[in-house]
Amino acid sequence: MQLALQNISHRYGGTTVLDDISFTVDDGEIVCIVGPSGCGKSTLLRIAGGLERPAGGQALVSGAPPEGSLNPLTYIFQDFALLPWRTVEGNVSLVLEDHGINGRERRAVIADVLARTNLTDFARALPRQLSGGMKQRVAIARALAVKPAIMLMDEPLSALDSQTRELLMDDLIALWSRERFSACYVTHNLNEAVRLGRRIVVLSRRPGRIREVVEIEMPLAERAERLAELEKLQRRVWEIMREEAREADREITDVA
Amino acid sequence: MSHETAASEASAAPASADPAVQRPVPFRGGGFVHRPLGSVAPVVFLAILALWEIGARSGFISPIALPAPSEAFGALVDLATTGMLWKHLGASLYRLVVGWTLGSLLGIAFGLAIGLFSLARSGLLPLVSALFPVPKIALLPLFIIWFGIGEGSKVATILFGTFFPTVIATYAGVDNVDRNLIRMGQSFGLSWLSIVRKIIVPGAMPAILSGFRISASIAIVLLVAAEMIGAEFGIGAYILMAGALFALDQLIAGVALLSVLGLCISWLIGRAEKRLLSWRS
Repeated sequence: MQLALQNISHRYGGTTVLDDISFTVDDGEIVCIVGPSGCGKSTLLRIAGGLERPAGGQALVSGAPPEGSLNPLTYIFQDFALLPWRTVEGNVSLVLEDHGINGRERRAVIADVLARTNLTDFARALPRQLSGGMKQRVAIARALAVKPAIMLMDEPLSALDSQTRELLMDDLIALWSRERFSACYVTHNLNEAVRLGRRIVVLSRRPGRIREVVEIEMPLAERAERLAELEKLQRRVWEIMREEAREADREITDVA
Repeated sequence: MSHETAASEASAAPASADPAVQRPVPFRGGGFVHRPLGSVAPVVFLAILALWEIGARSGFISPIALPAPSEAFGALVDLATTGMLWKHLGASLYRLVVGWTLGSLLGIAFGLAIGLFSLARSGLLPLVSALFPVPKIALLPLFIIWFGIGEGSKVATILFGTFFPTVIATYAGVDNVDRNLIRMGQSFGLSWLSIVRKIIVPGAMPAILSGFRISASIAIVLLVAAEMIGAEFGIGAYILMAGALFALDQLIAGVALLSVLGLCISWLIGRAEKRLLSWRS
């Protein structure tokens, strides 16, 4: 399944936050979106998944979702968005209940996704008992349970410490190698972008426009070994962003 | 508690200028933390009772001003042996349970409506704000005309008294539910009803339960007030009768009953919080 954003523009009040943004996410492709803070990255992702209406342009999907996909466009949130009153399996169960998946079938799906994210031992734990990395694994398990076609990831690793971030990045790469999901991955961390992205869409400061799209041909699995080359790419992306980030830093925010 | 201990030691270390002498870093932390001291409360309670009893026996406290606790206890035993205790307590509990339950259910329903629908918020919230501060006791004569002098007016007083704080606690709780959780529900395609049932109501539960604590106390106050008008049985009626006869021992016994009732209710709500909010850290 493909996701195409066409000429997306958006305003909050009188402030333009996004201006004429177009790109596509192809089958099995991870597209990273980077940009200085406040450039509308998260807004763009909300528009892509139908949680917000753009002021102009449209988000389009094409092609059929995979067999049995319950929720083709599925989010992973920065703050995990787990229900604190539900256990790990309860949180996964939540997104299946509304699709009429009950009884043994539901238990089987829950057991399967928890096994795939190495969470089987934590099935009955409450979110408050888990570390940040574990919570995000639960959120990933929950996303896998609805068999998404495209994952919309909003800074999924930003709330984690750097060691946990490395571990989860490895997990994500392993997961992608198995499942080949497509993803739109918003981050402000350039290292994550060059480690995960097939393409990196660099946005300018507000109003967010596409500054440049950086393509990375290197296969995901090889990237951990070829860090020196990635380092160069990362510096190139940083050169593109540098001035924008500096200016964005000096701006006074009046937009949520 | 131990708030004061830390400050005095800080400046005690002598300011030796000799670089070779090692001295400990003065401790500046500690304090501002409470330890649970379970035995203190009963000791304070018993000490007050003992002082009171001694004062009454020695004649320091005049029996006209305040009867001894033993006399009040005697009145309570009398009440129990004549079987009137259960009659009064039963009547009061019935009014309390019916009034509070109905008031709370209606309050939660209205609070959810105000929390969820703009129309309900615009239409009902000003009304709630206008009626909440009205002392419901002042409306008792009206309730008597509307609902009769019997149980109706008493239950109605308690119902109205618990309704408003519950409405306010509930809608404030709904407002405070994490928007991100709601967005998460929407992003997974949950139905509106599922979002309300599985995300909003549990998310508002802490606020609703702390609203219960307030509404339960209000209910007890209103119970006594309502029972002082035209009630044959009930703790309020018992206290009123005792007051009219200047039977102060019975009056104290009645007040003690109310206090125990309040403690029991607070304990029950504490249990409910433990059960329903065990997910909180």
